Amino acid sequence: MKDLRPPWAVKRQLLVKAEGETDPRYGYKPEERPLDEYLRLGVVNLDKPPGPTSHEVTTWVKRILGVEKAGHGGTLGAS
Amino acid sequence: MALKDAAKALMAVLNAGKEYVAVMKLHDDVPASRVKEVMAEFVGPIYQRPPVRASVKRRLRVRTIYELEVLEVEGRYVLFRVACEAGTYVRKLCVDVGNALGCGAHMQELRRTRVGAFSEADAITLHELSEAVFVWREFGDEKAIRRVVRPVEHMLAFLPRIVIRDSAVDAICHGAQLAAPGVLKLHTGIEPGDMVLITTLKGEAVALAEALVSSREMMAMRKGLVARTLRVLMKPGTYPRMWSSSGEVVKGP
Repeated sequence: MKDLRPPWAVKRQLLVKAEGETDPRYGYKPEERPLDEYLRLGVVNLDKPPGPTSHEVTTWVKRILGVEKAGHGGTLGAS
Repeated sequence: MALKDAAKALMAVLNAGKEYVAVMKLHDDVPASRVKEVMAEFVGPIYQRPPVRASVKRRLRVRTIYELEVLEVEGRYVLFRVACEAGTYVRKLCVDVGNALGCGAHMQELRRTRVGAFSEADAITLHELSEAVFVWREFGDEKAIRRVVRPVEHMLAFLPRIVIRDSAVDAICHGAQLAAPGVLKLHTGIEPGDMVLITTLKGEAVALAEALVSSREMMAMRKGLVARTLRVLMKPGTYPRMWSSSGEVVKGP
């Protein structure tokens, strides 16, 4: 029988295949990225106001944040 | 909404499961118990033909309904919550439920309440966003903007993960496929064909990939490919290059 739990409800365990360490000189933990990089790899779970299209709201968000590139993954909420 | 490089990760969200709250209107009076009984039968894999006005080819396809819960029945209106696979048409589901009941039905209202790891409950308003940007620009305080803008990894938290060695990172950033020796940790329940997130030990997203083998096989494998890179998210050069173009491992720095 196929698992009928929604993907977000599936509890997974992290198995250890091999031991390893990470060099602190490279990269950052996601929460600790310097702000420019943090925003470059940032997402906003936006409560889109009813009325304007997702495309219009994307333009506003770009202007508010001063970024030239952004995309939306469909609306979540009023549409 | 994904900014700049995070936009590359949106393909994962399109494939993610969704949750909606919808209102269905029945075309005749039906006892609530009967409605619940019939709707319960729609849980699991169902056949759906996309509606006439659809952006995909109109051929019969299978979509999985994970959960279908009747929240309220009032007269001919049925309020329900549905958790379903990407590409499920809730409008079509209502029509099909109506046909199964014998009375006919259509969808009256629809609200999406979840996409992958994002739920309506923790959504940010445009106002909160602009306020956070203001506080950052005017006072240099990053706390608020870091609260409203989240790392792309947060959006991808619903995907099963494979954690890899530092030495394997840069090759993946250049589009290489993931081989067994590079794997340090992995989630249970991965099946071939599943989309997975490849991360570093620091938890940074390296790439989206398609698993080529199951978690079980991955744990046992000592060589061979385990995942095919679909979309690189990390900038090449973030980690040192430990490989040469001939495929030989280069001695570390």
